[in-house]
Amino acid sequence: MTDALLSPVVGTGFWAGTITVIGVASRKVREKILLEEKLVPFMGVLAAFIFAGQMINFTIPGTGSSGHIGGGMILAILLGPHAGFLAVASVLTVQALFFADGGILALGCNIWNLGFYPCYVAYPLIYRTIAKERASATRLNAASVISAIAALQLGAFSVVLQTVLSARSELPFYSFLLVMQPIHLVIGVVEGFVTAGVVGYIRTTTKETRDETAVPAYDIRRYFITKKFLIRIAAATLVVGAFMSWFASTNPDGLEWSLKHAVVSNKIDMPEPGSNSVVKGIQKNITLLPDYGFKNGDSKNVKEGVRQSWPNVDAGRSLSGILGGVIVLGFVLGIGLLISKRKKKL
Amino acid sequence: MTIPGNEYVDMSLLDDLSYGNTFVHRLDPRAKLLTTLFFVIIVVSFSKYEVAGLMPFFIFPTLIIAIGEIPVRLIVKKVLLVSPFALAIGVFNPILDTEPMVRLGGVTISSGWMAYFSILLKFILTITAALVLIATTSFQGVCFALEKLGAPTVFVVQLMFLYRYLFVLVKEAASTLQAYNSRSFGGSSISIRVITQVLGNLFMRTVERSERIYAAMASRGFDGTVRFMRPHGIRALDVAFTLLCIACFILFRALNIARDLGSLITGGG
Repeated sequence: MTDALLSPVVGTGFWAGTITVIGVASRKVREKILLEEKLVPFMGVLAAFIFAGQMINFTIPGTGSSGHIGGGMILAILLGPHAGFLAVASVLTVQALFFADGGILALGCNIWNLGFYPCYVAYPLIYRTIAKERASATRLNAASVISAIAALQLGAFSVVLQTVLSARSELPFYSFLLVMQPIHLVIGVVEGFVTAGVVGYIRTTTKETRDETAVPAYDIRRYFITKKFLIRIAAATLVVGAFMSWFASTNPDGLEWSLKHAVVSNKIDMPEPGSNSVVKGIQKNITLLPDYGFKNGDSKNVKEGVRQSWPNVDAGRSLSGILGGVIVLGFVLGIGLLISKRKKKL
Repeated sequence: MTIPGNEYVDMSLLDDLSYGNTFVHRLDPRAKLLTTLFFVIIVVSFSKYEVAGLMPFFIFPTLIIAIGEIPVRLIVKKVLLVSPFALAIGVFNPILDTEPMVRLGGVTISSGWMAYFSILLKFILTITAALVLIATTSFQGVCFALEKLGAPTVFVVQLMFLYRYLFVLVKEAASTLQAYNSRSFGGSSISIRVITQVLGNLFMRTVERSERIYAAMASRGFDGTVRFMRPHGIRALDVAFTLLCIACFILFRALNIARDLGSLITGGG
């Protein structure tokens, strides 16, 4: 997911969900750390491992293209749900800042899409069900592949949902879904096999070389998801959902969204974007630009009483918009250059 | 051929930049983090078809780049190279939404294209904001800010550990790759069967490293709690910066400065 396709409501809503889960996971991990301090460096270094592992490209069989691992499922399996979630979140945070992957607002969505599903859905419900204690290698492989596919399918579905809810893209829900799910099925199968391979490799080597000092990867994830925890998560989801729907119905942006839909179906009158009543009120009270042509334009529209459908074609206004935009941009760049030149002289 | 991507080089470049000493670098990380977050939310709050209204927002990254002495070329390169998900999805707007919206001379621009331009501008603004933040704030600083703003300590410690060992493990992975390449006649690409072994090997080294780190921590009295040294308190200047920026963003959001300026010149409309 990426900032440019998000609406503020969807972005902050998913941030709220992600922050809630980070809070819960942190508390759980804190309890664990008090018993096993080793977890602190282990989690950190393991996240760095996934980060570094992502830079190794490999050939995806049958396609001729190459890709790299995601690693969400590997982290969930090696660290367990809570520590795994924090590790995924930390990797995505660093990537959002340094690679500008997605952006800061979309980070909440991305942690949710790539962290919540593998750690709190695929791992406890699928992986743990198939691969119980002392599972055979076949079961382990099947568990890894199926859970990786499920996690990626849920993540892809989530991206579609966030995009459609944000209403910045014109893509219809079903067409977008029909593109995203199959692509992520392929990615999921590849990711699943790599996950199975890595987990299997680690299992066989740690069995052979295991001595008292080596960190037994399989003992770290000894925590279980209790019923109490599931109930808490369900409650949190309800709260977030309620918050979001309330927010969506009171926030002007949510209104804008529903209005737009009303426009599409009924072709009713729609105010020019950015000139809703709140903004107009502010504009009336601000006398910084006393004779800006905006008011005139607006009142003219009202006088004419034209019932326009949105988007309305207004050549004059659009032209002045574009012209003004270019001027502002030039002005901004000018200031930037001026400051840099000055700084260099000093 | 699999050579570690340029983005890892850029990453340490950004890291170096963040230790600069300009007015922007000296601002409290909390001030910059909150301002950037607010900036992004305001930018994406613009309607789907807004283009002109987004222009004034370029002043924020431009000023920070200029005052913070950040090489523009690095930022431009990173914006161009970043994953084009937004643009790939956005490209469907002009295809699916062909209602005419703007007439410019003889050319009619459809609302779909306006929406696409809007996505493009939002994309550049939000990505630049994130990059500019990290180029003027050390990652440590971001972590302190997060902790001060109420993020769980466990998570902040996790971020710091990841960042501390990231460069080390990237080097480790690079040397693994070099070893693979030198044994595969100039590096045929890695197959799915080999990648699991490469990753498994990297994992074993990771575990060994975490053992050594833990031993070092334990010998220095680590008891499960990481104690921070809190560098500096927030100054009046930081508060003023944040409030001023936020006020400007709200003003830019409320008034369509670009269009009004254009109207002034074209004489109303």
